[in-house]
Amino acid sequence: MLRKRGDDGAFRIWTGLFALLVAVIVLGIGFELWRHSRLPIEKFGFGFWTGTDWDPVQEEFGALPFIWGTLYSSLIAIVLATPIALGIAIYIVEIAPSGLRKPLAFLTELLASIPSIVYGLWGIFFLVPFVRAIETAVAGTPLHRLPLFSGPPYGIGMLAAGLILTIMVTPFISSVAREVLRAVPMAQREAAYALGATRWEAIKVALRFGRTGIFGAVVLGLGRAIGETMAVTMLIGNNPQVSTSLFAPQYSMAAVIANEFSEASGDVYLGALFEIGLVLFVITLLINTASRLLIWSTARAPSRRPAPVKPAAAEAA
Amino acid sequence: MTARGSAARRRLVSSIMTGACACAVVVALVPLGLVLAYIASKGIGSLDLAFFTQLPKPHGETGGGMANAIVGSLKLIGLASALAVPVGVLSGIYIAEYPGSPLASIGRLAADVLNGIPSIVVGIFAYGLVVLPMRRFSAIAGAVALAIMMVPIVTRSTEELIKLVPASLREAGLALGATRARVTFGIILPAAFPGILTGILVAVSRIAGETAPLLFTAFNNQFWSPGIDQPTASLTVQIYSYAISPYDDLHRQAWAGAFVLVVMVLTISMLARLATRRLERMRIG
Repeated sequence: MLRKRGDDGAFRIWTGLFALLVAVIVLGIGFELWRHSRLPIEKFGFGFWTGTDWDPVQEEFGALPFIWGTLYSSLIAIVLATPIALGIAIYIVEIAPSGLRKPLAFLTELLASIPSIVYGLWGIFFLVPFVRAIETAVAGTPLHRLPLFSGPPYGIGMLAAGLILTIMVTPFISSVAREVLRAVPMAQREAAYALGATRWEAIKVALRFGRTGIFGAVVLGLGRAIGETMAVTMLIGNNPQVSTSLFAPQYSMAAVIANEFSEASGDVYLGALFEIGLVLFVITLLINTASRLLIWSTARAPSRRPAPVKPAAAEAA
Repeated sequence: MTARGSAARRRLVSSIMTGACACAVVVALVPLGLVLAYIASKGIGSLDLAFFTQLPKPHGETGGGMANAIVGSLKLIGLASALAVPVGVLSGIYIAEYPGSPLASIGRLAADVLNGIPSIVVGIFAYGLVVLPMRRFSAIAGAVALAIMMVPIVTRSTEELIKLVPASLREAGLALGATRARVTFGIILPAAFPGILTGILVAVSRIAGETAPLLFTAFNNQFWSPGIDQPTASLTVQIYSYAISPYDDLHRQAWAGAFVLVVMVLTISMLARLATRRLERMRIG
């Protein structure tokens, strides 16, 4: 008996070591990024994040244009992708005839499995000329005077990057939103129908029940957009400037690492790129933890949440 | 359920909104159709035998192929799987076997966090971990980066699949006096094997299309790279460097590469999907 217990202990320890290894990798990533970015942290302090000059020759490093570009492009993607993704989720879960549900879910997931580099390639040769045509048309109208649409129509720039990100995060948001909607109890919709609700009104009840999880889905999409690298690098224009114009070539945090890392000479330059990576790591870590908590609170335990419509239904009965 | 407006108006709003949802599906499927059609039309026309059998030609010469990049990609995926599968499966076993322990919760959370870290960040981590000490770009550095991206997917799917194995199987083994290790490796793992294989396929389909983590780990190579300590070409990095070059002939090859890549990734994820569906049917039946 004793021997057997010893064997069980060894099994637990060995498999446990590998579980620990997964945690060590995460901590290791954080530590390694911090270790290599100590030099610029000491040299520039917080000024690194407010400076707008990025001049490796003079060893001047200000990362504001990259943060601006990452936030701007991700915001475009979330604003455009959220309504489309919710529409898809609602259509597949609530409206589509049952024979159509699986094929549609399959097709939207195909969008998620196409590699980033392929979106980038397609973006350069198809999306950019298309965007340029739109920008040229807008440039001929009085809208051109607005800061949002100012500057020459290059095609490559913030608008192209925002659009490719929209295409890429839509399937992520819609697949999580689908899970959340599926976890909403049928009784919610039935109660609404029993009160004489139209189909859309019943859907609104389901949406309201799952609102926390749906918000989590959107936050998850934001995390994806912020970390997305290749397609953005190929379309955003790679020009470190802070501009409100959708037409302007700009830059993003992931893109500057992708472009300059292997050519960075000097410890401060390399360290500055590591520091941008460190901040990307921290931002996505926070966003992903937050979205997972939000999604779990609805998709995992729907029965524990108070049902907002149930009392009304009970009264009616 | 405010009954504002007449019933006719509410019905109209309902039809408009459900119609808008249907439109959202169409709006999302248009880019999918455009991307696939564009890749297929440009890619198939650019494919030839040389693409699969020849090395890249020096700049300025037309022709040549991506033979070394195709082999390099397969090498990187194979190495990454060899590193990631044992870690993922064993950590998944621990999390499933001791679900109440603090280490299981930590491991599960770590896997979820790891899954959300941008691939470019994983790339610079592998640079600091492998490239700097070795003082050169290498296939093994690229494989480490890709393996880190595979681990969380394998861990979580192994955990889920082990939990699906009926408790009676485990109890029968333990009742016969077998050790926990013997029950797990002799009974539970074989029963969960098809599902775990699916998880591995899903992980492979995800890393097969990755470019960002390879840019400064495996780097690139215009020639064959023997062994695992040399800079190694990959399909994705090669597509990238051709796509941003100014030459038409290189663009043509980038399209051919993208077509091969998409076919590869979609085939793997299709296989994974079929396997999942068969598993589901077995479980219900």
